[in-house]
Amino acid sequence: MQILNVFLVIFLIVAAIMVERTKDLLSAVIIFTSYSLMMALLWLLLRAPDVAMTEAAIGAGITTNLFVVVISRTRRTEK
Amino acid sequence: MRKIFTFIMLGGLLVVLLSSISELPPMGNGDNPSFNEISEYYIDEGVEDTHAPNLITAIITDYRAFDTLGEATVLFTGIAAVVSLIGITHHSKNKEDEEDDLHG
Amino acid sequence: MDDLFVRITTRMILPFIQIYGLYVIIHGHLSPGGAFSGGSIFAASIVLYTLAYGLKPGQKRLPHHISSKIETGGILFFILIGLIGVALGYTFLTNQEAGFPMGEIGRVLSAGLIPVVTFALGLKVMSTVVTLFHTMMEEE
Repeated sequence: MQILNVFLVIFLIVAAIMVERTKDLLSAVIIFTSYSLMMALLWLLLRAPDVAMTEAAIGAGITTNLFVVVISRTRRTEK
Repeated sequence: MRKIFTFIMLGGLLVVLLSSISELPPMGNGDNPSFNEISEYYIDEGVEDTHAPNLITAIITDYRAFDTLGEATVLFTGIAAVVSLIGITHHSKNKEDEEDDLHG
Repeated sequence: MDDLFVRITTRMILPFIQIYGLYVIIHGHLSPGGAFSGGSIFAASIVLYTLAYGLKPGQKRLPHHISSKIETGGILFFILIGLIGVALGYTFLTNQEAGFPMGEIGRVLSAGLIPVVTFALGLKVMSTVVTLFHTMMEEE
Protein backbone atom coordinates (compact mmCIF):
# COMPACT_ATOMS: atom_id res chain seq x y z
CA MET A 1 0.00 0.00 0.00
CA GLN A 2 2.93 2.31 0.71
CA ILE A 3 4.29 1.69 -2.80
CA LEU A 4 0.89 2.54 -4.33
CA ASN A 5 0.79 5.80 -2.36
CA VAL A 6 4.28 6.78 -3.49
CA PHE A 7 3.43 5.90 -7.11
CA LEU A 8 0.25 8.01 -6.99
CA VAL A 9 2.03 11.03 -5.51
CA ILE A 10 4.81 10.82 -8.12
CA PHE A 11 2.14 10.56 -10.84
CA LEU A 12 0.43 13.65 -9.41
CA ILE A 13 3.64 15.69 -9.53
CA VAL A 14 4.44 14.54 -13.09
CA ALA A 15 0.87 15.29 -14.23
CA ALA A 16 0.94 18.76 -12.66
CA ILE A 17 4.22 19.59 -14.40
CA MET A 18 2.89 18.21 -17.71
CA VAL A 19 -0.29 20.34 -17.47
CA GLU A 20 1.90 23.41 -17.16
CA ARG A 21 4.27 22.42 -19.97
CA THR A 22 1.72 21.33 -22.59
CA LYS A 23 0.99 23.90 -25.31
CA ASP A 24 -2.09 22.13 -26.66
CA LEU A 25 -4.88 23.11 -24.29
CA LEU A 26 -7.10 20.10 -25.04
CA SER A 27 -4.28 17.70 -24.14
CA ALA A 28 -3.67 19.72 -20.98
CA VAL A 29 -7.33 19.30 -20.02
CA ILE A 30 -7.13 15.52 -20.52
CA ILE A 31 -3.97 15.34 -18.41
CA PHE A 32 -5.77 17.39 -15.76
CA THR A 33 -8.60 14.85 -15.81
CA SER A 34 -6.16 12.02 -15.10
CA TYR A 35 -4.73 14.19 -12.31
CA SER A 36 -8.22 14.45 -10.81
CA LEU A 37 -8.79 10.70 -11.05
CA MET A 38 -5.50 9.97 -9.30
CA MET A 39 -6.44 12.56 -6.67
CA ALA A 40 -9.75 10.76 -6.10
CA LEU A 41 -7.90 7.45 -5.62
CA LEU A 42 -5.57 9.17 -3.17
CA TRP A 43 -8.52 10.54 -1.19
CA LEU A 44 -9.92 7.01 -1.06
CA LEU A 45 -6.62 5.70 0.30
CA LEU A 46 -6.68 8.50 2.91
CA ARG A 47 -10.08 7.12 4.08
CA ALA A 48 -12.16 10.08 2.94
CA PRO A 49 -14.68 8.40 0.61
CA ASP A 50 -17.08 11.34 0.38
CA VAL A 51 -14.33 13.71 -0.75
CA ALA A 52 -13.27 11.04 -3.25
CA MET A 53 -16.80 10.87 -4.66
CA THR A 54 -17.01 14.65 -4.96
CA GLU A 55 -13.59 14.83 -6.60
CA ALA A 56 -14.44 12.10 -9.10
CA ALA A 57 -17.76 13.70 -10.04
CA ILE A 58 -16.75 17.36 -10.13
CA GLY A 59 -13.02 17.24 -10.89
CA ALA A 60 -13.01 14.46 -13.45
CA GLY A 61 -16.50 14.85 -14.89
CA ILE A 62 -17.87 18.34 -14.89
CA THR A 63 -14.70 20.45 -14.85
CA THR A 64 -13.44 18.60 -17.92
CA ASN A 65 -16.68 19.26 -19.79
CA LEU A 66 -16.63 22.94 -18.86
CA PHE A 67 -13.00 23.31 -19.98
CA VAL A 68 -13.71 21.55 -23.27
CA VAL A 69 -16.72 23.82 -23.93
CA VAL A 70 -14.65 26.92 -23.17
CA ILE A 71 -11.84 25.69 -25.47
CA SER A 72 -14.34 25.08 -28.25
CA ARG A 73 -15.50 28.69 -27.80
CA THR A 74 -11.94 30.12 -27.92
CA ARG A 75 -8.56 28.99 -29.29
CA ARG A 76 -7.15 25.50 -28.92
CA THR A 77 -3.44 26.29 -28.66
CA GLU A 78 -1.66 28.49 -26.19
CA LYS A 79 -0.16 31.68 -27.61
CA MET B 1 22.12 37.67 -13.05
CA ARG B 2 18.38 37.65 -12.71
CA LYS B 3 18.23 33.90 -13.33
CA ILE B 4 20.87 33.20 -10.69
CA PHE B 5 18.95 35.33 -8.19
CA THR B 6 15.73 33.43 -8.98
CA PHE B 7 17.44 30.08 -8.53
CA ILE B 8 18.90 31.16 -5.20
CA MET B 9 15.50 32.30 -3.96
CA LEU B 10 13.76 29.12 -5.12
CA GLY B 11 16.47 26.94 -3.60
CA GLY B 12 16.12 28.73 -0.29
CA LEU B 13 12.37 28.23 -0.39
CA LEU B 14 12.87 24.53 -1.18
CA VAL B 15 15.24 24.09 1.79
CA VAL B 16 12.80 25.85 4.13
CA LEU B 17 9.82 23.79 2.97
CA LEU B 18 11.68 20.46 3.09
CA SER B 19 13.03 21.17 6.57
CA SER B 20 9.55 22.08 7.80
CA ILE B 21 8.06 18.87 6.39
CA SER B 22 10.21 16.77 8.73
CA GLU B 23 8.87 18.75 11.70
CA LEU B 24 5.20 18.07 10.88
CA PRO B 25 3.34 15.67 13.19
CA PRO B 26 2.55 12.28 11.62
CA MET B 27 -0.78 11.99 9.82
CA GLY B 28 -3.67 10.59 11.86
CA ASN B 29 -1.77 10.52 15.15
CA GLY B 30 -3.79 10.81 18.34
CA ASP B 31 -1.43 13.37 19.88
CA ASN B 32 -1.84 15.88 17.05
CA PRO B 33 -2.91 19.43 17.93
CA SER B 34 -5.94 19.06 15.66
CA PHE B 35 -7.25 16.18 17.77
CA ASN B 36 -8.63 18.16 20.69
CA GLU B 37 -11.71 18.08 22.89
CA ILE B 38 -14.00 19.34 20.10
CA SER B 39 -13.41 16.30 17.90
CA GLU B 40 -13.66 14.09 20.99
CA TYR B 41 -17.05 15.63 21.73
CA TYR B 42 -18.20 15.06 18.14
CA ILE B 43 -17.12 11.42 18.16
CA ASP B 44 -18.66 10.71 21.57
CA GLU B 45 -21.93 12.67 21.38
CA GLY B 46 -22.53 13.19 17.66
CA VAL B 47 -24.77 10.17 17.11
CA GLU B 48 -26.79 10.98 20.23
CA ASP B 49 -27.24 14.62 19.23
CA THR B 50 -28.15 14.21 15.59
CA HIS B 51 -29.17 10.52 15.15
CA ALA B 52 -27.03 10.38 11.99
CA PRO B 53 -24.38 7.63 11.73
CA ASN B 54 -22.42 9.54 9.07
CA LEU B 55 -20.51 11.98 11.25
CA ILE B 56 -19.35 14.23 8.40
CA THR B 57 -22.89 14.99 7.25
CA ALA B 58 -23.90 15.47 10.89
CA ILE B 59 -21.20 18.12 11.25
CA ILE B 60 -21.73 19.98 7.98
CA THR B 61 -25.54 20.08 8.11
CA ASP B 62 -26.21 20.24 11.84
CA TYR B 63 -23.33 21.57 13.94
CA ARG B 64 -21.91 23.76 11.16
CA ALA B 65 -25.10 24.33 9.15
CA PHE B 66 -24.53 28.06 8.99
CA ASP B 67 -21.23 27.46 7.16
CA THR B 68 -23.11 25.29 4.68
CA LEU B 69 -25.52 28.17 4.13
CA GLY B 70 -22.52 30.35 3.29
CA GLU B 71 -21.26 27.68 0.89
CA ALA B 72 -24.64 27.61 -0.87
CA THR B 73 -24.50 31.41 -1.08
CA VAL B 74 -21.10 31.16 -2.76
CA LEU B 75 -22.59 28.80 -5.37
CA PHE B 76 -25.52 31.17 -5.88
CA THR B 77 -23.23 34.19 -6.32
CA GLY B 78 -21.05 32.32 -8.79
CA ILE B 79 -23.92 31.20 -11.00
CA ALA B 80 -25.49 34.68 -10.85
CA ALA B 81 -22.19 36.20 -12.02
CA VAL B 82 -21.82 33.71 -14.88
CA VAL B 83 -25.41 34.13 -16.11
CA SER B 84 -25.22 37.92 -15.90
CA LEU B 85 -21.91 37.95 -17.83
CA ILE B 86 -22.67 35.41 -20.56
CA GLY B 87 -26.46 35.65 -20.69
CA ILE B 88 -26.63 39.40 -21.29
CA THR B 89 -25.01 39.32 -24.72
CA HIS B 90 -27.29 36.45 -25.66
CA HIS B 91 -30.47 38.31 -24.69
CA SER B 92 -29.39 41.62 -26.22
CA LYS B 93 -28.67 39.84 -29.50
CA ASN B 94 -32.15 38.31 -29.41
CA LYS B 95 -33.64 41.77 -28.92
CA GLU B 96 -31.73 43.10 -31.92
CA ASP B 97 -33.04 40.22 -34.00
CA GLU B 98 -36.59 41.00 -32.93
CA GLU B 99 -36.10 44.68 -33.81
CA ASP B 100 -34.74 43.68 -37.20
CA ASP B 101 -37.77 41.53 -37.69
CA LEU B 102 -40.03 44.41 -36.75
CA HIS B 103 -38.29 46.86 -39.10
CA GLY B 104 -37.89 44.40 -41.93
CA MET C 1 -22.33 15.30 -31.72
CA ASP C 2 -24.13 12.80 -33.94
CA ASP C 3 -22.97 9.33 -32.96
CA LEU C 4 -25.30 6.35 -32.65
CA PHE C 5 -23.22 4.43 -30.11
CA VAL C 6 -22.85 7.41 -27.82
CA ARG C 7 -26.59 8.04 -27.93
CA ILE C 8 -27.61 4.44 -27.22
CA THR C 9 -25.02 4.03 -24.44
CA THR C 10 -26.19 7.31 -22.92
CA ARG C 11 -29.81 6.24 -23.04
CA MET C 12 -28.95 2.93 -21.38
CA ILE C 13 -26.70 4.30 -18.66
CA LEU C 14 -28.68 7.44 -17.80
CA PRO C 15 -31.23 5.98 -15.32
CA PHE C 16 -28.52 4.22 -13.36
CA ILE C 17 -26.54 7.44 -12.89
CA GLN C 18 -29.67 9.32 -11.83
CA ILE C 19 -30.76 6.59 -9.39
CA TYR C 20 -27.25 6.55 -7.92
CA GLY C 21 -27.26 10.32 -7.53
CA LEU C 22 -30.63 10.25 -5.77
CA TYR C 23 -29.40 7.40 -3.57
CA VAL C 24 -26.32 9.38 -2.52
CA ILE C 25 -28.47 12.44 -1.74
CA ILE C 26 -31.19 10.57 0.21
CA HIS C 27 -28.77 8.37 2.16
CA GLY C 28 -26.52 11.33 2.90
CA HIS C 29 -26.82 10.91 6.67
CA LEU C 30 -26.24 7.14 6.62
CA SER C 31 -23.48 6.43 4.10
CA PRO C 32 -20.59 8.44 2.62
CA GLY C 33 -21.76 11.23 0.38
CA GLY C 34 -24.18 14.04 0.84
CA ALA C 35 -25.60 17.04 -0.89
CA PHE C 36 -22.59 18.16 -2.89
CA SER C 37 -21.41 14.78 -4.21
CA GLY C 38 -24.93 13.52 -4.92
CA GLY C 39 -25.98 16.72 -6.62
CA SER C 40 -22.91 16.75 -8.83
CA ILE C 41 -23.44 13.08 -9.79
CA PHE C 42 -27.05 13.87 -10.75
CA ALA C 43 -25.89 16.94 -12.69
CA ALA C 44 -23.28 14.84 -14.51
CA SER C 45 -26.09 12.68 -15.94
CA ILE C 46 -27.85 15.71 -17.47
CA VAL C 47 -24.52 17.06 -18.74
CA LEU C 48 -23.93 13.68 -20.41
CA TYR C 49 -27.41 13.82 -21.97
CA THR C 50 -26.74 17.32 -23.33
CA LEU C 51 -23.39 16.22 -24.75
CA ALA C 52 -24.89 13.21 -26.51
CA TYR C 53 -28.16 14.68 -27.79
CA GLY C 54 -27.37 18.37 -28.28
CA LEU C 55 -28.38 21.54 -26.50
CA LYS C 56 -32.06 21.74 -27.46
CA PRO C 57 -33.16 18.32 -26.02
CA GLY C 58 -30.95 18.92 -22.98
CA GLN C 59 -32.67 22.23 -22.31
CA LYS C 60 -36.01 20.50 -22.80
CA ARG C 61 -34.96 17.99 -20.11
CA LEU C 62 -34.30 20.78 -17.59
CA PRO C 63 -35.47 24.20 -18.87
CA HIS C 64 -33.90 27.41 -17.68
CA HIS C 65 -36.91 28.79 -15.82
CA ILE C 66 -37.35 25.56 -13.83
CA SER C 67 -33.67 25.33 -12.92
CA SER C 68 -33.59 28.95 -11.77
CA LYS C 69 -36.65 28.32 -9.60
CA ILE C 70 -34.96 25.23 -8.08
CA GLU C 71 -31.86 27.35 -7.52
CA THR C 72 -33.58 30.09 -5.53
CA GLY C 73 -36.11 27.71 -3.96
CA GLY C 74 -33.42 25.47 -2.49
CA ILE C 75 -31.60 28.21 -0.66
CA LEU C 76 -34.85 29.90 0.48
CA PHE C 77 -36.10 26.55 1.80
CA PHE C 78 -32.84 26.14 3.72
CA ILE C 79 -33.23 29.59 5.31
CA LEU C 80 -36.92 28.95 6.15
CA ILE C 81 -36.07 25.63 7.82
CA GLY C 82 -33.48 27.49 9.86
CA LEU C 83 -35.97 30.19 10.82
CA ILE C 84 -38.28 27.55 12.38
CA GLY C 85 -35.72 27.20 15.15
CA VAL C 86 -35.66 30.98 15.65
CA ALA C 87 -39.48 31.12 15.77
CA LEU C 88 -39.60 28.46 18.49
CA GLY C 89 -37.11 30.35 20.64
CA TYR C 90 -33.83 28.57 19.84
CA THR C 91 -30.86 29.49 17.68
CA PHE C 92 -30.74 29.47 13.86
CA LEU C 93 -30.91 25.93 12.38
CA THR C 94 -31.63 24.09 15.63
CA ASN C 95 -32.23 20.38 15.06
CA GLN C 96 -33.20 18.29 18.06
CA GLU C 97 -34.45 20.88 20.55
CA ALA C 98 -36.76 22.50 17.99
CA GLY C 99 -38.89 19.36 17.87
CA PHE C 100 -37.99 17.84 14.50
CA PRO C 101 -38.89 14.12 14.49
CA MET C 102 -35.62 12.34 15.16
CA GLY C 103 -36.65 8.74 14.50
CA GLU C 104 -34.54 5.64 14.92
CA ILE C 105 -30.79 5.66 14.31
CA GLY C 106 -29.93 4.09 10.97
CA ARG C 107 -33.28 4.54 9.24
CA VAL C 108 -33.70 6.71 6.14
CA LEU C 109 -36.46 8.80 7.76
CA SER C 110 -34.54 9.94 10.81
CA ALA C 111 -32.17 12.65 12.02
CA GLY C 112 -34.70 15.48 11.87
CA LEU C 113 -33.68 18.30 9.58
CA ILE C 114 -30.57 16.67 8.06
CA PRO C 115 -32.25 14.74 5.17
CA VAL C 116 -34.50 17.71 4.34
CA VAL C 117 -31.58 20.12 4.15
CA THR C 118 -29.49 17.59 2.23
CA PHE C 119 -32.25 17.11 -0.35
CA ALA C 120 -32.73 20.87 -0.87
CA LEU C 121 -28.99 21.46 -1.14
CA GLY C 122 -28.53 18.54 -3.53
CA LEU C 123 -31.21 19.88 -5.89
CA LYS C 124 -29.58 23.30 -5.70
CA VAL C 125 -26.10 22.00 -6.56
CA MET C 126 -27.58 20.00 -9.44
CA SER C 127 -29.37 23.00 -10.94
CA THR C 128 -26.27 25.19 -10.45
CA VAL C 129 -24.01 22.89 -12.44
CA VAL C 130 -26.59 22.27 -15.16
CA THR C 131 -27.32 25.99 -15.53
CA LEU C 132 -23.60 26.75 -15.75
CA PHE C 133 -23.13 24.12 -18.45
CA HIS C 134 -26.16 25.16 -20.49
CA THR C 135 -25.21 28.83 -20.31
CA MET C 136 -21.73 28.04 -21.60
CA MET C 137 -23.08 25.76 -24.33
CA GLU C 138 -25.44 28.37 -25.77
CA GLU C 139 -24.61 29.49 -29.29
CA GLU C 140 -23.76 33.12 -29.78
